[in-house]
Amino acid sequence: MSLLAQIQARAPQAAAALVSLLVLNCSVFAQATVTVDGSSTVFPITEAVAEEFQKANAGVRVTVGVSGTGGGFKKFLRGEIDICDASRPIQVAEMIEAKKQGIEYVELPVAFDGLTVVINPKNEFLKELTVADLKKIWEPAAQGTITKWNQVRPEWPDAKITLYGAGSDSGTFDYFTEATVGKAKSSRTDFTASEDDNVLVKGVAADKNALGYFGYSYYAPNASKVKAVPIVNAAGKAIAPSATSIEDGSYNPLSRPLFIYVNKKSLARAEVRNFVDFYLKNGPKLVAEVRYVPLPADAYAKSTARFQKGEIGTAFAGHSEIGLHIDELFKRPLVTEPRPDSNGPKEGEKKAAEAKADKPAEKPAQKP
Amino acid sequence: MSANLERLIRGRQWLDAGFAVLGAAMVVLCLGTLGILIADLVRDAAPHLRPEFLNSFPSRRPEDAGIKSALVGTLLVCLVTAVVALPLGVAAGVYLEEYARKNRLTAAIEVNIANLAGVPSIVWGLMALGLLVYKLHMGRSILTAGLTLSFLVLPVIIVATRESVRAIPQVLREGSYALGATRWQTVSRVVIPSSMGGILTGSILAMSRAVGETAPLITIGALSYIAFLPPAPITSAPPFVSFEWLESAFTVLPIQLFNWVSRPDPRFIENAAATGVVLVGMTLSMNAVAIVLRYRLRKKYTT
Repeated sequence: MSLLAQIQARAPQAAAALVSLLVLNCSVFAQATVTVDGSSTVFPITEAVAEEFQKANAGVRVTVGVSGTGGGFKKFLRGEIDICDASRPIQVAEMIEAKKQGIEYVELPVAFDGLTVVINPKNEFLKELTVADLKKIWEPAAQGTITKWNQVRPEWPDAKITLYGAGSDSGTFDYFTEATVGKAKSSRTDFTASEDDNVLVKGVAADKNALGYFGYSYYAPNASKVKAVPIVNAAGKAIAPSATSIEDGSYNPLSRPLFIYVNKKSLARAEVRNFVDFYLKNGPKLVAEVRYVPLPADAYAKSTARFQKGEIGTAFAGHSEIGLHIDELFKRPLVTEPRPDSNGPKEGEKKAAEAKADKPAEKPAQKP
Repeated sequence: MSANLERLIRGRQWLDAGFAVLGAAMVVLCLGTLGILIADLVRDAAPHLRPEFLNSFPSRRPEDAGIKSALVGTLLVCLVTAVVALPLGVAAGVYLEEYARKNRLTAAIEVNIANLAGVPSIVWGLMALGLLVYKLHMGRSILTAGLTLSFLVLPVIIVATRESVRAIPQVLREGSYALGATRWQTVSRVVIPSSMGGILTGSILAMSRAVGETAPLITIGALSYIAFLPPAPITSAPPFVSFEWLESAFTVLPIQLFNWVSRPDPRFIENAAATGVVLVGMTLSMNAVAIVLRYRLRKKYTT
């Protein structure tokens, strides 16, 4: 009884305290926060920028998540985040969703990544690879049939090929399959797949007959353990990946731009505007520091102009393109309507197909 | 006859000795593997295990990077989990054992709680994402994370509570009733104190499982890079406590560890090892606390 009486006596006080707490909490001034999420490939760059930005701007907070490009876009299109890190351009379904949700976005290229095809340093016979070779090795039809090097080119030895590649959820996998096989996500499946590129480095470093691929930023610090294979580009020259060859576009078709997508509504907030500005200004230095390849200097200037004008839309109309030069990317009109896939090969694809002289067919054969 | 018997006995003795050797070998194998793993981890981690490592934020430079935000995040998430799951779990366990009628319904509930304890953690994460983040709009916050881990450990705590309450001899309760105590007095002064050892052990072990959980927290959207702490729970202005930290974004140790493991720079792997040492240290010390508590409470209530 006495306990009950006590509770009754204290109830109003307790309630008052609780209410005041809630009210106070609601009225607390929310601290300026910039929220970023998305691709794990872009993460190291954004992390470096966030670190420096917060040093320079005390009181502004930046959070960076890693949900993958697809996961990042999901959150971006729900309006949960300000900026989406993306290792590929926005896709058709995402553009349609953006329209539906009324989300406008500014597309800003921030760096290059060169997919690097690597072999064991003991491998002496492999001097170069063409896109056709890569297709032959990686296409779904190769599963179980292309298992030895001499099946790719007769002059190569009669030795087993062991394959290492990116996990199927990564943008790296999408881009590599699109660039080599001709269709995103279309790949043989009998290879060692890992989202963790260190696993691939270790695998290739330990296996004389291995062939693998991953981002240039993983190759650079591991160049003593694995060897990069020069890839025959559109002009017919075998080019090894390097900061120079990736930047000037001669290392193609395996180099790709990385992006950030900024929600236009968020750009009204000073902290987001400052962060993006800081990103593009300090981009070249920080991108190189985390072992990615910076864009040419004028590309950052063009990106800055685009974001200051608040130009929305994408230069890709919802489709990844292979071997697109950065200059062309800025010349294109920005659109918010996706281009349907059924209109036959797109401009860029046609060009890429014409350019790829050693590719047997213009369009890859449909999957059986 | 007797020779035959002797042979039989010798055979059994050999079997006995053989099993003892096998058992000892297994123990050595398990502990040895664990020892080697920990030694390897500590060796990789040694250069990084400095106070600055605990007290600095993550960075792109491996030598400057630390686990301050992840450590604080882990502690706060665990705090929320403990505050939510312990009272609920213990109350539910005591109710089921002491108050609930034994009928089909309670039998069904009991079986299902035991089943819930075996649900994979990622499933809890998906449920929390759907319910807490999308339906209840609680955001990807410390509160959401704490509640998610509470779902995870609640069944374990309930089961542990029930087991230890059931182990209390009936004579203790009867003695209490004989002295004229009510049911509540019996439960609160006899049953709960004497089963406290088992309850605490089970709860702490459940919490140490929660400390290492990653999957459900990634599902609800724990972040990878955070270079600030949540708002302080104690403020200088009245009412001096603030619950704003519950709504803060967060990261936890296992996520920070995973992030570093997948970096190209090998020096980040050393950072990951150091994070692993901190995590293992936390888990082991929680288990040690559980052992000490069990030992002390058992002594107190059995003599």
